[in-house]
Amino acid sequence: MKTLNVSISPHIRTPKTTRSVMLDVIIALSPAMIFGFVYFGWRALLITAISVASCVAAEFVYEKLMKLPVTIGDLSAVVTGLILALSLYSTSPWWIPIIGGVFAILVVKMLFGGIGQNFMNPALTARCFLVLAFSSIMTTYPEVASVDAVSSATPLQLVKDGGTVSYAQMFIGNHPGSIGETSAIAILIGMAYLLIRRVITVKVPLSVVGSTAAFVALFTAIKGEPITLNFLTVHVLGGGLLAAAVFMATDYTTTPVTFWGQIIFGVAVGLFTAVIRCFGGMYEGISFAIILANLLTPIIEKVTYPKPFGVRGGGKK
Amino acid sequence: MFLKTFRGGVHIRDGKKLSSASAIKEYKPQGELTLMTNQHIGAPAVPCVKAGERVLLGQKLADPGGFVSAGLYSPVSGTVKAVTGRECMNGDTATAIVLEDDGLNEAVPGYGEERDWQSMTPAEIIAAVRDAGVVGMGGAGFPTHVKLSVKEGVKIDHVICNGAECEPYITCDHRLMLEKPSAAVLGMRILTSLFPGSVGVIGIEGNKPDGIEAVSAACEGYDNISVLPLKKKYPQGGERMIIEAVTKRRINSKMLPADAGCIVVNFSTVIAVAEAVAYNMPLTRRVVTVTGDAVREPSNFLTPIGTKARELIEAAGGFTEEPEKVIFGGPMMGFAVYDLDLPVNKTTSCILSYKRDRVYQPSECIRCGKCLTVCPEHLMPIKLKNTADERDYAEFERLHGLECIGCGSCTYICPAKRRLSQSIVAAKQFVMIEKKKAASLK
Repeated sequence: MKTLNVSISPHIRTPKTTRSVMLDVIIALSPAMIFGFVYFGWRALLITAISVASCVAAEFVYEKLMKLPVTIGDLSAVVTGLILALSLYSTSPWWIPIIGGVFAILVVKMLFGGIGQNFMNPALTARCFLVLAFSSIMTTYPEVASVDAVSSATPLQLVKDGGTVSYAQMFIGNHPGSIGETSAIAILIGMAYLLIRRVITVKVPLSVVGSTAAFVALFTAIKGEPITLNFLTVHVLGGGLLAAAVFMATDYTTTPVTFWGQIIFGVAVGLFTAVIRCFGGMYEGISFAIILANLLTPIIEKVTYPKPFGVRGGGKK
Repeated sequence: MFLKTFRGGVHIRDGKKLSSASAIKEYKPQGELTLMTNQHIGAPAVPCVKAGERVLLGQKLADPGGFVSAGLYSPVSGTVKAVTGRECMNGDTATAIVLEDDGLNEAVPGYGEERDWQSMTPAEIIAAVRDAGVVGMGGAGFPTHVKLSVKEGVKIDHVICNGAECEPYITCDHRLMLEKPSAAVLGMRILTSLFPGSVGVIGIEGNKPDGIEAVSAACEGYDNISVLPLKKKYPQGGERMIIEAVTKRRINSKMLPADAGCIVVNFSTVIAVAEAVAYNMPLTRRVVTVTGDAVREPSNFLTPIGTKARELIEAAGGFTEEPEKVIFGGPMMGFAVYDLDLPVNKTTSCILSYKRDRVYQPSECIRCGKCLTVCPEHLMPIKLKNTADERDYAEFERLHGLECIGCGSCTYICPAKRRLSQSIVAAKQFVMIEKKKAASLK
């Protein structure tokens, strides 16, 4: 007779693993990415491939050098690479995703202890670093040949200058922008997948999008400028907001785990985004807003500690 | 359909189909029976028989060792082979009474005789429960007479029969619902009679529609006893969870169900109460589900307490393949055992054998927060594990670590396969022991 295994209960586990969760995120990202490849051409694919390869290679090399167990099998570096690529322009030089990928994995993730330990979103921090370091390159978006005259500017630029953008264009995503951020419909398909697979809840995307729209409306009113439906829709669908709300503000590691914490986090992201967009010089601002809110995560979690079952009074003694 | 439930919990493939269609078979023990004196919560029982003595079915073998304790009664007639130390599930040694069955089933006088329980006073009923050695048969093994002896002035308005059976694989209560529904209703009538004005609610998970139907039919004619279907979700059968589902009241670790006006008794136990009070039959047998993918014919056996696990597995057709793990109880809260010669206790609802037991290597927490959403106690297992691992027990307590019920949902759901509940339960036990020590020094 074989010896029997003895361990402390529970004796069964969910089939889901870190790897399967990351795989779900990759699947959810693919509609937006595939739209980007089709719309912006082979260069978008190339930038994405370089970005993913740089992230995975950076993690692998770092762990080999530091004699740490190699963790690239958990696919989290692939997700980082995809999210970085998603927020880049297809016209970026080839070395931009390399610098970005290495910065994201090495500086933001691995130096703080690897998966689960970093306090800022690696891909977004890398993107912000690239924007600050190579401003002119990072703001040169691709000219899209096939579309009408308005396509020479991104929707956010257009409305900032008082123009309007067609709703259909924003939904489909046939306008200039980052590789994976333009097609609202593709992003929503990805979001639906994440919701069905219970990887994310609707709390964060909804609070980010809702509060951004609300604060943009508020600040625009304060500035005494006209608020139109088209203007607000562009803020939600015309830039990186939707993709960021679905894929980046829902990053597990850098956002609160508590119920109310996630909602407060989403509202903080919306507030920062609106401030940057309405009062700052930039058209976008969501990436900066998320990494700023990432810094608040420990505090938000502390004040939103859940109230235990059957314990009267607050969650804390 | 919105069934009553609680917030949190996990949905697990329940594996109950393996044995739910198998009618209860009476099992005749082949060899010796081992009755452990510590098979309940509280003081161990004190043997009152000696080696060599002949005992009859239903004869007392051991006295309760205190108020919070339970006696032991002989499930067979035969000879006491020894009163000796035997290993128990957790590897400890405890006193055990070893019996040799003579196969005659000669009973003590009065065994199984009907009693007019309606003319008994509450104190007599509780004494009858005590003198039958009835303990919670769902797994905890808390002496039932202690549960029923509520303090003066405490008003009990709900007697809850816990028929959730939320642990995967276990079907013993399900079979009893189908085969002995009226015994359960009789038990509920006896229990509600102890608390004037109380209602009896039999909570059953919605995955047992036939059980709900059978017990509902048996409830007919008794206005204060009813069946409440519950949502199928683990741990719906947790005492605090079922109280909330039935009454919307919530209790914490410092409270007893009685503080919420409730008494919660497991389904098998309610039947044991009925047999003890109305038929003068002490608790000497229980239904055990023998199941798992390594067992040839998953079955439910009415088993004398003290029967070796090995015998029951053989009665279920033996193993199709040598198992890697055998569990007493369910897969979520049961005990993995190292030896198949361990006996069935009053609390052994299931013997579960798995062909494969995967050993998971934990990886870093990815902070997905799943453990928070499943925790039925609404705790933050991710944080509690960290404080437990750092031995920061003050912080552990401040974060309400003592509220943990050890259901294991957090460990089950963790994609990084971290051993959350294991660390938290260990820390909780440590804190409780320290508290006891500090209290005894005072």
